[in-house]
Amino acid sequence: MNEGRVQQRQERNGRERIVMDGQAVERALTRIAHEILERNKGTEGLVLVGVRSRGVYIADRLRARIAAIEKVDLPSGIIDITLYRDDLSRARQQPTIKGTDIRFPIDDRRVLLVDDVLYTGRTVRAALDALMDFGRPQNVQLVVLIDRGHRELPIRADFVGKNLPTAVNELVQVRLTESDGRDEVAIAQSAE
Amino acid sequence: MTFTARHLLGLEGMSREEILYILDTATSFREISEREIKKVPTLRGKTVIGFFYEASTRTRMSFEIAAKRMSADFISLSAGGSSVSKGETLLDTARNLAAMRPDGIILRHPSAGAPHFLAQRVDCPIINAGDGAHEHPTQALLDLLTIREHRGTLDGLKIAIVGDILHSRVARSNLHALRALGAEVRLVGPPTLLPRELRAWAEVTHDLAEGVRDTDVVMTLRIQRERQGANFFPSLDEYARYFCLTQSALRGAKPGVLIMHPGPINRGIEIASDVADGPYSVIMEQVTNGVALRMAVLFLLINRSREADMPEIEAAPEPALHRKAG
Repeated sequence: MNEGRVQQRQERNGRERIVMDGQAVERALTRIAHEILERNKGTEGLVLVGVRSRGVYIADRLRARIAAIEKVDLPSGIIDITLYRDDLSRARQQPTIKGTDIRFPIDDRRVLLVDDVLYTGRTVRAALDALMDFGRPQNVQLVVLIDRGHRELPIRADFVGKNLPTAVNELVQVRLTESDGRDEVAIAQSAE
Repeated sequence: MTFTARHLLGLEGMSREEILYILDTATSFREISEREIKKVPTLRGKTVIGFFYEASTRTRMSFEIAAKRMSADFISLSAGGSSVSKGETLLDTARNLAAMRPDGIILRHPSAGAPHFLAQRVDCPIINAGDGAHEHPTQALLDLLTIREHRGTLDGLKIAIVGDILHSRVARSNLHALRALGAEVRLVGPPTLLPRELRAWAEVTHDLAEGVRDTDVVMTLRIQRERQGANFFPSLDEYARYFCLTQSALRGAKPGVLIMHPGPINRGIEIASDVADGPYSVIMEQVTNGVALRMAVLFLLINRSREADMPEIEAAPEPALHRKAG
C-alpha cells in the first residue's frame, strides 16, 4: 500500500544504496533453508506461514528450497495482519485487505513465520496474535530476510538473511521478482 | 482505491469501484467465520448501536454477529422497548444515543430517508438497514457478493427481480447496484406492484415466464403483507397463481439459474418450497455472506479516526510505512 509513496520519495531524493543484489538474496535464502533444517533436525512438524505480501513470496521460495533439499513439501499458509494492527485507527486511509489463508491445523506444529523486514516488531506481534487465533503451535520461529534493528517490542528473529544497521530516518526496501520484477534490497534516505 | 464515505445510506449513485471495493473486502472476511475462534480484534473498543424501528431477524442478527466477530460492542435497541413508545421523536432519540458516543448507528426505519435525516444531524456514521420502501444497501451488496461468488462477475448477467417491487427497498438497492456493475435488470410483477417510473431503469414485464426467460439469476421478493393497506391484488391465491416462482415457471431460465430471496419467505406465495429448497437456491448462502458483508461495512466505516475525515496536511508523518516494515 505504500510502494507508490516510497517510489516517489526515492525519485525525489535520488539517493538509494543497493545493499543486496539478486545473487545475495538467493544465497541468503539458501543458507536460511539449510539452517532451518539443521536446527529443526529435519522437517518433522514444520509448516510455513508468510506475512502478506513479500513474506509470502519468501516463504514460497523457502518451501521450494526445502523441497529440493529434503524432498518434502511443507504446508504453506498466508497471514494478513491488517485486522490485528495496532495503528489501524490511526491510518489515514483504509488498507486493502486480501485475507488470511491457512488451510491446515497449526496445533502442535512448528510454525516458521516469514516476513521480509524486521523493524519495530509490531508486525510480528500482530502476526503472532493472528496465529494464536488459529491454534496452539508447539513453537513459532521467525524468519526474516532483513533485520534492520530499532525494535519497539521484545521480539527477535530466529533466522536472518542479513543484519542491516540503519538509522530511523532511512527506508529499507526489499524488492522481489514476484512483486517488483527483480530481487534486491535497497536503503534510501527518508525525506523527513 | 480510496474509500472515503462516512455513512452507508444507499447504493443509488455509488460507483462501480466503491461497490467492488466493499465486495472485495467482504470476500476476505468470509474466512473469519470458518475459523474455530471466530473473532478478530479489529474493532475492539468500538461501540455499535443497532436501532430497529421495524421487526427484523436476519438483518439485526447479521449485524450483531458481524460486529461481535470484529470485537465491537453491539447494543441493540428496538422501538417497542425504547422511549419511542413514550412519544420521543427519532431525532431526539438519536441525539441522545449519539451523546453516549457510539462509533456507529445502524438504523432500520419505516420512513424513507430516516437515515439520511440522521446523517445530517448526528455526529456518527449511520448505516441504513432498511428505510421504508427506499433502500436496503447491505442486503443488495450481499446479493451481489453471492452472485459474484457463483458467476465471477456481474457484467452482462441477466437478472430478474420478481414480486412486490413497489414496496421493496431490496429491489431499489439492487437495481442501482446491479446496473452499476453492468448487469441487465428485468422487473417482473403485477402492474399494481410495479411503479411505472422504473421503466427508465429496467425492462418491465407482467408475465413471469417471459420475465425469467434466459435469466442467469432470479430474485424473488417477499409479498409484504404488513404494507398491503390497499388491495394491490385480489387475493394471495391469485397472486401465487401468476407470480409464484415454481419449477415450471423457471423452465425458460438459463441452466443453473441462481434462485435468491432476501427472506423471510412466504412459501407457496412468492416462491414454491421445492424451488426455495432446490439445488439452484442460494438463499442460505445469501445469509452466510450477509455476515461477511456487514463485517466489511463496519470495518470500512467505523474503523477510522476523526483525523481521517480532516483534510490532509502536507507534512503529515507516514507511520504506516514504518510499521509495515516492522
